[in-house]
Amino acid sequence: MVTCINDALVPQTGRAVVTLLRRLGVDVDFPEGQTCCGQPMVNTGYLDEAVPVVRTFVRAFEGYDAVVTPSGSCAGCARHQHAIVARRSDDPAFVAAVEETAPKVFELSEFLVDVLGVEDVGASFPHRVTYHPTCHSLRMLGVGDRPLRLLRAVRGIDLVELPGAEQCCGFGGTFAVKNADTSVAMGADKARHVRSTGAEVLVAGDSSCLMHVGGLLSRERAGVRVMHLAEVLAAQEGT
Amino acid sequence: MPPFPEAARIALANTQLRTNLAHATATIRDKRARVVAEVDDWEELRTAGAATKDRVLLDLDTHLVRLEESLIRAGATVHWARDAEEACRIVADVAKAHHVDEVVKVKSMATQEIGLNEALAQEGISAWETDLAELIVQLGDDLPSHILVPAIHRNRAEIREIFLAGMARAGRPAPEGLDDEPAHLAEAARLHLREKFLRAEVAVSGANFAVAETGTLVVVESEGNGRMCLTLPQVLVSVVGIEKVVPTWADLDVFLQLLPRSSTGERMNPFTSTWTGVTPGDGPQEVHVVLLDNGRTRALADEVGRQALRCIRCSACLNVCPVYERTGGHAYGSVYPGPIGAILNPLLRGVGVDDQVDSLPYASSLCGACYDVCPVKIDIPSVLVDLRAQVVDAHRGGVPRPEAVAMKAAAATFRRPGLLRAAERLTRPGLAVVRRVGASAWTGARDLPPAPKESFRAWWKRTDGGRS
Repeated sequence: MVTCINDALVPQTGRAVVTLLRRLGVDVDFPEGQTCCGQPMVNTGYLDEAVPVVRTFVRAFEGYDAVVTPSGSCAGCARHQHAIVARRSDDPAFVAAVEETAPKVFELSEFLVDVLGVEDVGASFPHRVTYHPTCHSLRMLGVGDRPLRLLRAVRGIDLVELPGAEQCCGFGGTFAVKNADTSVAMGADKARHVRSTGAEVLVAGDSSCLMHVGGLLSRERAGVRVMHLAEVLAAQEGT
Repeated sequence: MPPFPEAARIALANTQLRTNLAHATATIRDKRARVVAEVDDWEELRTAGAATKDRVLLDLDTHLVRLEESLIRAGATVHWARDAEEACRIVADVAKAHHVDEVVKVKSMATQEIGLNEALAQEGISAWETDLAELIVQLGDDLPSHILVPAIHRNRAEIREIFLAGMARAGRPAPEGLDDEPAHLAEAARLHLREKFLRAEVAVSGANFAVAETGTLVVVESEGNGRMCLTLPQVLVSVVGIEKVVPTWADLDVFLQLLPRSSTGERMNPFTSTWTGVTPGDGPQEVHVVLLDNGRTRALADEVGRQALRCIRCSACLNVCPVYERTGGHAYGSVYPGPIGAILNPLLRGVGVDDQVDSLPYASSLCGACYDVCPVKIDIPSVLVDLRAQVVDAHRGGVPRPEAVAMKAAAATFRRPGLLRAAERLTRPGLAVVRRVGASAWTGARDLPPAPKESFRAWWKRTDGGRS
């Protein structure tokens, strides 16, 4: 599942997922009936509006063994919040469909480590990198250190610890615009911590958080790139 | 109070406040993490705490009646208060019956919630706060900013100024030549308060817990001021939220382990005071207990939100909240700030009538740090999302707000992939949502990523999924 943000704004992340999974021998498809997981509506409180979006999601992914998405946030929404939306519809068939789909949805690092059983994905990325564990990956899904285990196995990587890593970057979906000042204050602290590491690249498992922190780093002309975990794992520089 | 985003903007501009908060929350956060890590069965304790509270809430009426019977048997007078006004009137009537023009108070969230000090002032009765931090707040003509550390937003230089300027007006003046050494500041407060303790005939308290089996009220505190209030005056009035009841002393055991580690990062709190009605010749000879609803039954009726009534006011959620850390407590416009305040206020007061209350469920990035530390496992992020839905639903039917228009438009695009494809060709739908809700709110401080040449969807179609 390519998230709506990946699809429209950072399509290179989706392409990296395809490259990476194919390299690991997975039969990858992109059902074109998919759109969005519905999280922007759910988390802002528009549950009625989310109903058709979640229906679209469930319909698009029927019949697949696993739904892999490069977003802890979207995976978290599918696994924990789709049921709330389905119950709202009073449609038992929809509730059942959600119950069947939700456990098949995996955030990328979960799928690689837990389902495929790999930590070394054959990537090579000779750069100084720091990693931000996004809140929904960390707390809603509990991916733990899976992304770090994957990154540590990347050849040539210089992985440096991010101070205050587990604190939220301040994106928070519509929070980023509804409470823009607070969001920016949180993001600015995150950007400061990123700069303090001397890393060339900030890596995370959610493009939305990267868009927020990356937007601040770019405005500050910090010279730090942001990249999705999938892009680093797909990279085979100098090999 | 203005809605949260506005109040937050004002707080964010106060750099001293942000420095004070960042320092204080980081300190308590680290302390808490250290002492929690020492307890092997912490998760089991949390589960037990949550389960006990849930059990009480499901049969609240039975436990409350039992509490009332025990209290009366022990010599206390029990009052029931539906709302703030009733509760304040009961306390004022007790004070007036004893012809006093002042009362001493042990720090209590419930009495702050009902605005007791202001109500007593209307009746010509001064209420003196005796908790050190509450004293700082009161003398500084300020509002509390934290559940446990009401003066967290002040540093010691500011506290010295407040003591020098305010103590003389309220009683014994600050010692001459007072500096900002913590020990000297504490001694100044001690001398100032001692005079009030010895003078007061009526004391007002809250309670952390009320044990139904014996009619015992429990106050946990760190300074001993609570014990002074509970033992010295002849008359004691305790204002207790109805959710504070626990069935037995055995149940209390779990909470006395959970609370100090979660709140102050201590293994055990310095003072635990328990009192049961009246004991002839020892302590207050007239004891009143006001059992306060003030929206609690409303919260209880909320299927998702009722878990907020498990809250034991430890404030662990405040200390880990990245939003609270930047904005402080005043931005929440309530005595319950931070993540718990963001859900408790709408639950107690109801949504759809007040913009300030309706703004609170959105005062969170939903990062979930609060849920991780909550000693009674309140799933604050889920309650926030549910309350957001209640806010949205309460506003359906009228003239739709820009955000509602944007959400409907986005949902309409997302319900059909064909429409999304078309939209991607024309605009960038993710940005369309952002723009509609407020593009300047994003681009004021953050760049947007450059527009990609083609969407993933278009790439997949053009290249047959990267195969050609």
